Amino acid sequence: MSDASFLSLERLTLAYGDTIAVKDLDLGIKRGELVALLGPSGCGKTTTMRSIAGLLQPKSGAIRLDGADITRVPANKRAVGLVFQSYALFPHLSVFENVAFGLRLKKVPKHELESRVESGLKSVGLSKFAARKPAELSGGQQQRVALARSMVMEPKVLLLDEPLSNLDARLRLEMRTELQRVQKESGITMIFVTHDQVEALALADRIVVMRDGLIEQIGTPEDIYNRPTSSFVADFVGFENVFALEDGQLKTPRGPISLSSPAPAAVAGLAWRPNTVKLDQGPYSGTVLGTSFAGRTREYLLDTPLGPIKAEIDASVPGHAPGTTLSFDLPVQDAAPLARFA
Amino acid sequence: MTSRFLSAFVLSIVMLFLIGPFLIIVAASLSAGDNLAFPPQGLSFKWVLKVFEIESFRASFAMSMMLAILGTLAALAIGIPVSYALARYKMPFGETVRTIVSAPIIVPGIIVGLALLRYLVIPLGFNISFALFMAHTALVLPYAVRVVSASMVNLRGDIEEAAVLLGCSRLGAFSRVVMPSIRGGILAAFILGFVTSFNQVPVSLFLSGPGVRTLPIDMLAYLETTYDPSVAALSALLAFMSIGIVFLAERFLGFSRYV
Repeated sequence: MSDASFLSLERLTLAYGDTIAVKDLDLGIKRGELVALLGPSGCGKTTTMRSIAGLLQPKSGAIRLDGADITRVPANKRAVGLVFQSYALFPHLSVFENVAFGLRLKKVPKHELESRVESGLKSVGLSKFAARKPAELSGGQQQRVALARSMVMEPKVLLLDEPLSNLDARLRLEMRTELQRVQKESGITMIFVTHDQVEALALADRIVVMRDGLIEQIGTPEDIYNRPTSSFVADFVGFENVFALEDGQLKTPRGPISLSSPAPAAVAGLAWRPNTVKLDQGPYSGTVLGTSFAGRTREYLLDTPLGPIKAEIDASVPGHAPGTTLSFDLPVQDAAPLARFA
Repeated sequence: MTSRFLSAFVLSIVMLFLIGPFLIIVAASLSAGDNLAFPPQGLSFKWVLKVFEIESFRASFAMSMMLAILGTLAALAIGIPVSYALARYKMPFGETVRTIVSAPIIVPGIIVGLALLRYLVIPLGFNISFALFMAHTALVLPYAVRVVSASMVNLRGDIEEAAVLLGCSRLGAFSRVVMPSIRGGILAAFILGFVTSFNQVPVSLFLSGPGVRTLPIDMLAYLETTYDPSVAALSALLAFMSIGIVFLAERFLGFSRYV
């Protein structure tokens, strides 16, 4: 077993009835890694997670965990934990009993069970709430109970479904830190599903971007953020100005337009973040449609022959009123080269 | 001002119709006279005491109790899995099943009784007690499904999946997670089913035979021959029993949440 394949998905095809949700997926995950499955709803990320948990039987392909083929192992024997988006706490049981649930089923001796539940609750800062019912806790606390409930089972892989999406902005930051801490302390392999690129970039060691049941790109947060390889990923991580290339020229609604300098070879498209668009210089011109002040920067929406262009420049530069015609440049050396377009 | 007066008036009328008959029966049962009459003649407890001496009432009370308990338990044994399946899975004929299960409420009891008599008891020589048990199970089933279904509405599928991932089997998840969560609904369904079965007349009317009678049927038969206040006394006792059960259920379960 190579290090890269503590958990491996091999040509995994998943379907709901006749609808294929994930097709021929190959993915290897290292022990102790924190991986994000990122993509818009319907991309197959949750389906993939459910199949790892054993809640969905694959149509074909295999899942290997720690050297063993677990494709046909039932969900209750897999040593895979799952923290549900809705937390899925047992409403009739106290916090303590929720966390103890799995250990009781395993017939763990009483004193060991108590110490494991207590240390589990302590690690998520909820020791004082052991006697409460889930309904008496806030959303953030409920989620931490759900996390502790899965963690005390010492699963080989812990899956988290949209772990931050139900929390408000402040709790989100707190939980993000909490998850990272728990993961580093326990060294557990974690996979979380999210549609929020900010969440994925901030938390994950590695990001798997999915689209329509296929993997679009795998990479570190830096890779994904700075070097998207497809127009889809570029668009998803905030490259607002994405163009296909045709014969070395930008493909626009009004026909091909030349670049300001030659494009790199074998590239299907180029993408610019708003802050790499140069204003007040360059071969192109556009009319300011709207402008908004964003603190340190000022954002512009330009109407240009290339289509709408979003630009963002330092707020200290005096602003331009809507209706003004500006020259601008899309510097090729600042663009992300896209190997695939569409 | 007028509308307040009007609503108070309507409310009093409703209360009069609901509580009036009960008060009349209680008063009649305390009569010292020999005939069932209102207003009562004199005041005594002799008819209340006489109820306990009438042999056939004891037998039919036992019969009714047994039917109500066993019939309701059987209805729950069928109704809980049905409710669960209807709530959890999108089934091709889910709505049809729901309608069929509700049929005994929609079809008049007298027809259900006649049908059971004509097509089960007479041609197949069914045991009368068993036919009564089946009829009561069928009658209670709609209540069981409705009340238990209501308590399953808020039950999310992912808590079962969570239980499975913590090591439960599917069946284990049902008994450890689903059942405790719908406990209140099941008890409420039991009480409602019990009361419905116990007070049931039309179906039992056709299926009562020699020696096998439910209490309400026995009371009707008794009235035909003996017109004394003991039937009123028994009715009052039964009414107090029902009120007691519902009061306790409301007190400890919040019964009204489920019905």
